[in-house]
Amino acid sequence: MKIAITSTGNSPEATLDSRFGRCSYFVIYDTKTGSMEFIPNPNRSAMEGAGPASVQLVASRGVEKVISGEFGAKVKAIFDSLKIQLIIINDTEMKISRIIEMVSPKK
Amino acid sequence: MLILFVVKCSLYLYSTYALYMPRPKKLRKISNAPKFKGFRAIRLDSDKEPAPILMDYDEYEAIRLSDYVLKKQTEAARDMGISRPTFARIYESARRKLAKALSEGAPIIFQGGPVYFTSEWFLCRNCKCYFNHPDKEESSIVCPLCRSSHVRQCEQDTF
Repeated sequence: MKIAITSTGNSPEATLDSRFGRCSYFVIYDTKTGSMEFIPNPNRSAMEGAGPASVQLVASRGVEKVISGEFGAKVKAIFDSLKIQLIIINDTEMKISRIIEMVSPKK
Repeated sequence: MLILFVVKCSLYLYSTYALYMPRPKKLRKISNAPKFKGFRAIRLDSDKEPAPILMDYDEYEAIRLSDYVLKKQTEAARDMGISRPTFARIYESARRKLAKALSEGAPIIFQGGPVYFTSEWFLCRNCKCYFNHPDKEESSIVCPLCRSSHVRQCEQDTF
């Protein structure tokens, strides 16, 4: 299963980005293979429509869960229609490596 | 004087708009969208298939709430965020479309309609994260992060 996490930087030591549409990087984490892919967000400085464009980017990677600090109303509706689970973490100091540790299956 | 004139003009404009423009439709809340695109009849002969019947998501939801979940129309209407007469109209149209598809052997395609999609949200007491639950079939709800079952459903308006 693939999980998308919004990140402030392109390393596992970066913290969670509190915004979804205009986050700096998306981390696509595959729980099966343990692979991590950092995608710079092209919609970061978009004037408008950053949310739906980011949804398209994330959904095209085939993710099933998205973790971020906040989701807009438009974004929530699109994700609901795509049956993708949303997870909101209020702790923005949390590191990507810690989140990945939490979501990966326990041995 | 001029101000009065402007007010009169806008009133006139408003009244003409009110005459010719219908009230915009209220968006219907869909809490459980179908997982498939539609249905097709099993055919014996190789006849040409009739044109597909387009069923809106709100019609699908009306049928599901009334005849599958067996809710009363008032409750179902509240669930979809619309009035009971509106619900009845949607339900009527949905039943007609279903009957037409069944008797003509036409395929049904789910699409569009004045709708928006929502799902239920939960709060994990263990790691304090919020998450939603798009897949209703799964009965036991656990936190996707810490796998704790200490979760509490929260109101839609908290976000």
